[in-house]
Amino acid sequence: MAAAMPLALLVLLLLGPRGWCLAEPPRDSLREELVITPLPSGDVAATFQFRTRWDSELQREGDTDHYFLRYAVLPREVVCTENLTPWKKLLPCSSKAGLSVLLKADRLFHTSYHSQAVHIRPVCRNARCTSISWELRQTLSVVFDAFITGQGKKDWSLFRMFSRTLTEPCPLASESRVYVDITTYNQDNETLEVNPPPTTTYQDIILGTRKTYAIYDLLDTAMINKSRNLNIQLKWKRPPENEAPPVPFLHAQRYVSGYGLQKGELSTLLYNTHPYRAFPVLLLDTVPWYLRLYVHTLTITSKGKENKPSYIHYQPAQDRLQPHLLEMLIQLPANSVTKVSIQFERALLKWTEYTPDPNHGFYVSPSVLSALVPSVVAAKPVDWEESPLFNSLFPVSDGSNYFVRLYTEPLLVNLPTPDFSMPYNVICLTCTVVAVCYGSFYNLLTRTFHIEEPRTGGLAKRLANLIRRARGVPPL
Amino acid sequence: MGLLSDPVRRRALARLVLRLNAPLCVLSYVAGIAWFLALVFPPLTQRTYMSENAMGSTMVEEQFAGGDRARAFARDFAAHRKKSGALPVAWLERTMRSVGLEVYTQSFSRKLPFPDETHERYMVSGTNVYGILRAPRAASTESLVLTVPCGSDSTNSQAVGLLLALAAHFRGQIYWAKDIIFLVTEHDLLGTEAWLEAYHDVNVTGMQSSPLQGRAGAIQAAVALELSSDVVTSLDVAVEGLNGQLPNLDLLNLFQTFCQKGACCARFRLQPQDWTSLDGPLQGLQTLLLMVLRQASGRPHGSHGLFLRYRVEALTLRGINSFRQYKYDLVAVGKALEGMFRKLNHLLERLHQSFFLYLLPALSRFVSIGLYMPAAGFLLLVLGLKISSLHEAEVGLEEPGGAGGMVVVFGDPLAPGPISKSLCALQGVGLASLVAPLLISQAMGLALYVLPVLGQHVATQHFPVAEAEAVVLTLLAIYAAGLALPHNTHRVVSTQAPDRGWMALKLVALIYLALQLGCIALTNFSLGFLLATTMVPAAALAKPHGPRTLYAALLVLTSPAATLLGSLFLWRELQEAPLSLAEGWQLFLAALAQGVLEHHTYGALLFPLLSLGLYPCWLLFWNVLFWK
Repeated sequence: MAAAMPLALLVLLLLGPRGWCLAEPPRDSLREELVITPLPSGDVAATFQFRTRWDSELQREGDTDHYFLRYAVLPREVVCTENLTPWKKLLPCSSKAGLSVLLKADRLFHTSYHSQAVHIRPVCRNARCTSISWELRQTLSVVFDAFITGQGKKDWSLFRMFSRTLTEPCPLASESRVYVDITTYNQDNETLEVNPPPTTTYQDIILGTRKTYAIYDLLDTAMINKSRNLNIQLKWKRPPENEAPPVPFLHAQRYVSGYGLQKGELSTLLYNTHPYRAFPVLLLDTVPWYLRLYVHTLTITSKGKENKPSYIHYQPAQDRLQPHLLEMLIQLPANSVTKVSIQFERALLKWTEYTPDPNHGFYVSPSVLSALVPSVVAAKPVDWEESPLFNSLFPVSDGSNYFVRLYTEPLLVNLPTPDFSMPYNVICLTCTVVAVCYGSFYNLLTRTFHIEEPRTGGLAKRLANLIRRARGVPPL
Repeated sequence: MGLLSDPVRRRALARLVLRLNAPLCVLSYVAGIAWFLALVFPPLTQRTYMSENAMGSTMVEEQFAGGDRARAFARDFAAHRKKSGALPVAWLERTMRSVGLEVYTQSFSRKLPFPDETHERYMVSGTNVYGILRAPRAASTESLVLTVPCGSDSTNSQAVGLLLALAAHFRGQIYWAKDIIFLVTEHDLLGTEAWLEAYHDVNVTGMQSSPLQGRAGAIQAAVALELSSDVVTSLDVAVEGLNGQLPNLDLLNLFQTFCQKGACCARFRLQPQDWTSLDGPLQGLQTLLLMVLRQASGRPHGSHGLFLRYRVEALTLRGINSFRQYKYDLVAVGKALEGMFRKLNHLLERLHQSFFLYLLPALSRFVSIGLYMPAAGFLLLVLGLKISSLHEAEVGLEEPGGAGGMVVVFGDPLAPGPISKSLCALQGVGLASLVAPLLISQAMGLALYVLPVLGQHVATQHFPVAEAEAVVLTLLAIYAAGLALPHNTHRVVSTQAPDRGWMALKLVALIYLALQLGCIALTNFSLGFLLATTMVPAAALAKPHGPRTLYAALLVLTSPAATLLGSLFLWRELQEAPLSLAEGWQLFLAALAQGVLEHHTYGALLFPLLSLGLYPCWLLFWNVLFWK
């Protein structure tokens, strides 16, 4: 199952260090590219990237005030065409021309993995950063499953993946390219063949390994004009064996342990599979308030020993106002598994606070891991404006490390849930019980008791007493 | 509290209860048994119906057609298994990977407290193999499990074949919204327990296992499959789990729906019958009794039983191949499973709409908790009546002319009144005379719980027996020794009321028994009812006067161990395979060993419950009977 690796490797680049973009960028330009990566399992990953920039009138004033920094997560979003349509409308050519003609919803959602993102950031226009441009970057990654869509065959073409071919570049684009990963995994022969043969290739170090890409430039008129369309095909020369996909250096897993509806434990496993390099990881966790975390139970162990984080920032939750925020810098030893676990108690919600399907459970957002992962091959620092867009997904900081941000899987936690099918019965029953108990106890506690003489006589005696009182004689 | 009610009317009621005590007790007992027998007749039993909306109206179309593939997988599996002598882990890994799953293994080991002679194992170590089908529609937050437990012999290879064929078929579909875990466990239930504990990262039973590499979120439902032949005449479904836990009734309804749809004959213990004639209810009663006995045993009847602890709704499907004309091949079974998994895939929430506590007289009929609880209630009422009469008598002894203003009105043993009052009465007797028997009987219970396993090595050194035998024989020896001990070391018995000593002890014993049975009946009705049926009459009758030998015989016959023996005979009788006395005894010894083992390996609670709770309580009655 090839989707596992990208699933663990959901890498989204948000605001990077500002040093990356000091050169003056061209304005109002669209760069678009499609990267097709055949995975060792026979599946194919396709990543679209679109970048637009425009000038803004706003002046840049000093540093970002971190007081206004906000972080929010929606742990669950069912992705469907409703997410794709507005996303496509942000593109200058919409889905009329260029690479975006391939974005056909019914194909994109028949994939085993789907990730869609929008990043907006300010970019300095000059070295002193007195004026800024805005950059809008849209990415869409899908993994086509050889088992589901390929009906067992592992050869691919643009038409088979997207049921479209490329015909023309977007007229507004300054760059429109398709990259196909043709890195040979074995030395002796090539494992796959691309058709039509590429005119140029591009080599770079991505995720710490050397990769070779075939480039198809849509702005190159010869590329399109020959046959009025471009249908890139991938043929495996040697079909890949069914073997476990290679494991990335950093990956993570998160789960809820324990059973029952009272207590539980959130565990995050951080794997460092690098054979000899240790590296630090910044772990950011937001946990909803209805899981009451016990911070004294926070344990971090690697290789059976306690691992003390070099930095911890914890902001406790407030009921119904804000979630727990836990941020830690943890050193992962080489070739190890680090387990971060913290116990929690499940809170009882008010009965109006339950979601419409309370027995489904409540989602806990993924934890975010940011790390500088050491690479095997040293990479040269590159010029960000010249290199392809996908390169900046995993920016290299100093040649030996590359930056990765991972999101673990979201969790589903069951909270103690009342039986909503009979709220009236429950309310009526409890009210009755409380009323009866309370009533009789109250009665007992407040009443004063005195012995009442059995009444004898009746009307005649009362009359006699009245008369006796009038006479000033004690009554009978 | 008596201030608010009229003491005169209450005294009248008390007097009525006191005077009609014996007939009321008999009536109540008979009513309890009759109510239970009446459970199979239509006003009390209802037809099952699907409550869960997400699984109800939408029908799915089953497309599984991999019968040949399943048989080929099964043949390969059996061959590899025979060659390697254990679970062919490498082959399974390869095959699961070739059908497109994400495959992981987990190794585990467990040293049992003493050798298990039924399964012939002591130091167990094995490997579980599981493959995860990642759902394209969700981010691995929920999952379903299809599991096949593989024992030491080469059964269940067809189930493995069907599991692999289903995995291959499921992998080609795009509609999955929940991950599906295909799990093959070694050493049947031990492997399942190891996997479940590792999946939830807990250690309940002292199992040593490697941590899991791959997970798939919260498990919503699980189906265990046991097939040992290429064709089946019917599918038997087992629902009784650990400690009598049951899965949600909707899961059973789902299975039944697909069996009817695919014309795949489903059954629950016995063949379904026509309900309109008398045969139907009679067979229903037989099925009901079988279910009660199985549930009361508290052992997991299939690997699904272990899932229930983690709140995963689960059941076991067992292929039965008997001598009948009509046979179904693996395609029919596969289609039923496919349909079930597709419907479970539709689930929005955990299964929670339908009943969790029910009894089944047939697959398509059920008795809900509200309707079967009165049976146990009537039996407990006997204890309540006895407590009230005994208390009245004691208070009467204490204040001969006084107004004994207390009575238990509706056999509620939990009401604070009788206990506090009777404690006052006990003070009159002198608590010292009660402490000794209570302590001694509890100590016997503790010895019964601890010594057999702890002392097995000592026993094997001094006697020519194996460890398992040693455990069982020690168990029986301690059990019997409990009867012979002189419990009543009472010194302070007032001369004017010689009856008060045993009456106080009996009162305590009755309250203790009523509390225990009440709690058991709430959590595991079958066990509670079974114990109440046997223990209540003897407990009510026990006293040091009258025909003592008769009472003693009755008490011995209704002791927990005798109940177990009787249940075994009844069980085989109902299955139409009656036991001879020697066989029964062998089975009894095996059941004792299994009970102890299951407590240590899976956390079954029957053994501690009997040894620490009911046996001491029963000893108190024995003590009452031989009160000097």
